[in-house]
Amino acid sequence: MNTVLSARNLRKSYGGQMVVDGLNLSIRRGECFGLLGPNGAGKTTTLRLLLGLIEPDEGELQLLDHAVPEEARGARLRVGVVPQMDNLDPDFTVAENLLVYGRYFGMSDKAIEARLPELLEFANLTHKRDARVPTLSGGMKRRLTLARALVNDPEVIFLDEPTTGLDPQARHLIWQRLRELNARGKTLLLTTHFMDEAERLCHRLAVMDNGRIISEGSPRELIERNIEPQVVEVFGGHAAAWAQSHAAQHAQRFEVSGETVFCYVQDAQPLLRELQQHPQLRYLHRPANLEDVFLKLTGREMRE
Amino acid sequence: MKTNIYALPRFSLRFVPIWRRNFMVWKKMAGSSILGHLADPVIYMLGLGYGLGGMLPEVGGMPYIAFLAAGTVCYSTMNSASFEALYSGFARMHEQRTWEAILNTPITLDDIVFSEIVWAASKSLLSGLAVLAVIWLLGLSHSPLTLWLIPLSLLVGLCFASLGLIMTSIAPGYDFFMYYFTLVITPMVLLCGVFFPVDQLPPLLQTVSSILPLTHAINLARPLLNDVIPAHFLWHAAVLLGYALVGFYVSLVLFRRRLSQ
Repeated sequence: MNTVLSARNLRKSYGGQMVVDGLNLSIRRGECFGLLGPNGAGKTTTLRLLLGLIEPDEGELQLLDHAVPEEARGARLRVGVVPQMDNLDPDFTVAENLLVYGRYFGMSDKAIEARLPELLEFANLTHKRDARVPTLSGGMKRRLTLARALVNDPEVIFLDEPTTGLDPQARHLIWQRLRELNARGKTLLLTTHFMDEAERLCHRLAVMDNGRIISEGSPRELIERNIEPQVVEVFGGHAAAWAQSHAAQHAQRFEVSGETVFCYVQDAQPLLRELQQHPQLRYLHRPANLEDVFLKLTGREMRE
Repeated sequence: MKTNIYALPRFSLRFVPIWRRNFMVWKKMAGSSILGHLADPVIYMLGLGYGLGGMLPEVGGMPYIAFLAAGTVCYSTMNSASFEALYSGFARMHEQRTWEAILNTPITLDDIVFSEIVWAASKSLLSGLAVLAVIWLLGLSHSPLTLWLIPLSLLVGLCFASLGLIMTSIAPGYDFFMYYFTLVITPMVLLCGVFFPVDQLPPLLQTVSSILPLTHAINLARPLLNDVIPAHFLWHAAVLLGYALVGFYVSLVLFRRRLSQ
């Protein structure tokens, strides 16, 4: 098996608090791997560790056959990074941003210029080549950041919440581009807290919370392993009272969240028949999805 | 396996693309930048030099405007490097996240800090050249020794860029820099012989003055403008270089603590 990244027992703490707590990770060439987790789960710290930007307190790490952080420079030559926060150069045009960034990899101006048309085309920014960054929309800036991460033709691309803050059109275009990169053999490692994004893009996922990976597998495996296949959401003012007296009889498991009751079942028919007798309750019957798994594993309470 | 944040800096040529990036940004507003480098010293030298100088006989054995010219070279180059290292450096590190973008490439923090110092010193060099042009145009000195002011500008730039970066490395925001200008730069200008000879000061302040880097810069610049080889020139240059090296090391350790922990 061709492993591009392997981490063993990584630990990192800040001021006595474990942010990454014994993380094990193995990513194969050509796959799209997703790191899921609520805010503060340790995703961004993990990415920074994997890139060799900060040093682990413990653990071993190999990225593209380089020991990290000791040989991180060699590894980063073959990696592209799309950061969470926009850090394009606001003084430069689209093309200048790509030129300047390519130089950081030691590329000649000629080599970068030769790649420019393809990168601009990929980012749908050919017509914006000479536009300055502050005049771009949010989606364009993200696409430029993605193009910038490709300037050195990397083998592995790290993406930290690549579509946060984008409108649906912009998100779909980014997803399409990421699939194209994956189809060309690039390995993708992305963090997200959008379950639909993870489900659409990723071959394998790891759910992270409190610095640990608490479940790992394909989206389908995660659902099968962690949760009942059917979900019935019951809404209405009386839903909570109904749940107290009736839900346990028909559902393997249920959770009350505000005015909604989530019932998890192997077979929804008995529960649906029961609900027909309570016309004041509204309900939605659907297959279990990744979001159900995520909420089960990481809890429903807010992370602030 | 913990690397030491106190490790000595590791140099590589990868700072060059960062210098080129800064130069590309600077080129976009070169006009106003050069105008600023020229206008400031001209106003000082004409205003104070002729205004105040008209009431004074010779100062330090030369016309007051010539005396002031040496101070202005050092003062302008110090200011250029300080503003670049503090305000512009902080913008690149914090506000625009330029450093963060660069760190995702094969470039390391050591390269970035070194590039900041070399870049700020380049601005000092430009500033020194501008003042020198004014000095020649006003005919304040005809000595070929004035050419030594060019490497001196670079050295003063390296020194104050390094010291300024220490402030940048611990700054929570732009307001913090007022302390540095009020408590360090302004006293330095008044104590180091920019506007009047240091021997006018009480003995205690003269002692303070003798350890400040700007004094050593002026002790080099003033004789050079007066067509005299400065006494103890190696010592003065060594002090400036020493401040630069210590400032570079201290700021690098502080930046490592701030950004790569």
